[in-house]
Amino acid sequence: MSSEFQSGSDMTTLRTPQETGEPITPSKDLPPSTETGFEWWRVRSTTFEVMRWVVLIVLAVLFMYPLLWLVSASLKPRGEVFDNKLIPETWTPSNYVDVWSELPLLSWLGNSIFIAVAGALLMTIASSAVAFGFAYFRFPGRNILFGLVLATMMLPGAVTLIPNYLIWKYLGFLGTNVPLWGSALFGSAFYIFLMRQFYMGIPRELFEAARIDGCGYFALFRRIAFPLALPSAIIVFLFEFQASWNNFSGALIYLNFGSVEEYTVPLGINYAMSKYSPTAGGHGDYQYVMVTALVVTLPMLIMFAFGQKYFIKGISAGGVKG
Amino acid sequence: MIATTSFNDAATPTAPPLPSRRKKRGRRSASRGETIAGLLFISPWILGFLVFTVISMSYSLILSFTNYDLATNSMSPVGASNYAQLLEEPRVLTSLGNTFTYAVMAVPVELAMAMLMALLLNSVKHGAGLFRVIYYLPKMTPAVATAAVFLLLLNGNQGAINKALAAIGIQGPQWLLDPAWVKPSIVMMSAWAVAGSAVILLAALQGVPQDLYESAALDGAGPWSRFVRITIPMISPTLFFLVITLSITALQVFDQAYLLFYRDGAASAAPEAALFYGVYLYQQAFQQFNFGLAAAMAWLLFVIIMLITLVQLTVGNKLVYYESGDK
Repeated sequence: MSSEFQSGSDMTTLRTPQETGEPITPSKDLPPSTETGFEWWRVRSTTFEVMRWVVLIVLAVLFMYPLLWLVSASLKPRGEVFDNKLIPETWTPSNYVDVWSELPLLSWLGNSIFIAVAGALLMTIASSAVAFGFAYFRFPGRNILFGLVLATMMLPGAVTLIPNYLIWKYLGFLGTNVPLWGSALFGSAFYIFLMRQFYMGIPRELFEAARIDGCGYFALFRRIAFPLALPSAIIVFLFEFQASWNNFSGALIYLNFGSVEEYTVPLGINYAMSKYSPTAGGHGDYQYVMVTALVVTLPMLIMFAFGQKYFIKGISAGGVKG
Repeated sequence: MIATTSFNDAATPTAPPLPSRRKKRGRRSASRGETIAGLLFISPWILGFLVFTVISMSYSLILSFTNYDLATNSMSPVGASNYAQLLEEPRVLTSLGNTFTYAVMAVPVELAMAMLMALLLNSVKHGAGLFRVIYYLPKMTPAVATAAVFLLLLNGNQGAINKALAAIGIQGPQWLLDPAWVKPSIVMMSAWAVAGSAVILLAALQGVPQDLYESAALDGAGPWSRFVRITIPMISPTLFFLVITLSITALQVFDQAYLLFYRDGAASAAPEAALFYGVYLYQQAFQQFNFGLAAAMAWLLFVIIMLITLVQLTVGNKLVYYESGDK
């Protein structure tokens, strides 16, 4: 917002309230004015209001455009993918039929769904159990151990990338997709931290009362703590599902050397992009890449549509990396 | 460390207990059953921590001083020569330089974009929900799909971005071929998916007490000075947190760079300007199988990230306004 523009528009709109002579009401975020200058405030705020909406809408268009472009490109024949028309000239819904025979998309989807569901389920169960362990029980060394949990959040993934690969190799899981979901079994620092906060919010008396009624520790977790912290468990599930579904580098490392049928959808897109690339001897059938890209994106958008509040809550609560 | 205040409020059970309560707790915590049960509950994490952090990091450190032969699964010690090679190998330095340049470009752009979004969303009453959804959709889009779309949007000859620029009389660059425009292209993709940071900032903005603005406005402070003197200081802890996390993320940039420039494996066509540290590390580890050198690279990155975080923390603590601190 340049200052010239602001002052300029102030000048042009300055007259309006006086001309129309309508009663001047102070805008919501401005003070009920003192003796002078309430017109000035009001005008300024209407200018702001207009500019605000212009910027909001321009940004919305810019942010929606690539997605709309993707949808439209997925409906175009080979020669028109690049024509940049949002309404395809030649409608080609058959792309959505052909893609299944062009690429092993069905296997990719199956692999992706299995890995994401297994990873997210294990992660949710493990992280909530560990979090409950840290939140409820008192045992020597608890705070030190929890400090270690927090410290591991700082660890960049690159450092353990290679040794973890060798560990999975040693365990005999190379060539399978186990490395992509197996480590969820051990929980993850951020999720443990997040869920522990929720458990801490549950009144301790509730647990004590259940204990007196003869409730065992595991039942305490399964029947009281976990159900009460269900919203946080949903956050963990959705975040981990998304992370796992989008995981490209992991699939590249662990699945790239196997057969194409073993790929996940993200790795499959990488494969399709080189397969059709003219520089790699393809014919530029990018419409299939676009269909695949849409297929990998759509579940995420649907998930967001239904779980929006969990995403927003999770991200603003813990400050997940932007 | 930088946990939000609402969390601190919720954490009453661990709040420093009164001396009398602590005594009671001390006696109770002697319960052996509780100790065993607690350790059982956290045992998955302990196991994972031992294998995938303790063993893994030690293994990585050992690897970095050896040459690992994948075929025979054997290591031969080579002293510090992997680290020495880091300093000699021009491509390591190139990739480091590229990564820093990218981070320096990406972090301010992402932060500014997130700030703009958060301010806009915070200021509208009606329709904020709809706009929030629209801004968030790119964040939900998997990086591969983003890369696939932008690969075509950024095409220098036929791409939509250059077509749009041409419409207003600007000759767009060869985004993906011209070394000078490779990094801005990736910055653009990151800025497109910046809604996560915007949501965090929005939460911070909504936490600023309204009466501060009201009294400042009564004192005659205009919108700009209210923004600079109230908003910025009040949300500075969050801004600071975002600078750190965005920097760490930027230094590990991989997916977009790999998909746009290295997907064909050959990598011959890729401009030198797109060789990021993560990409080179991946090539060394999983294409050349130089695990020793790659492990040394990983440790160098770890040290660099720690140093940068440390510097940011030191500088940040001077700039950031913490409400509970010295007023």
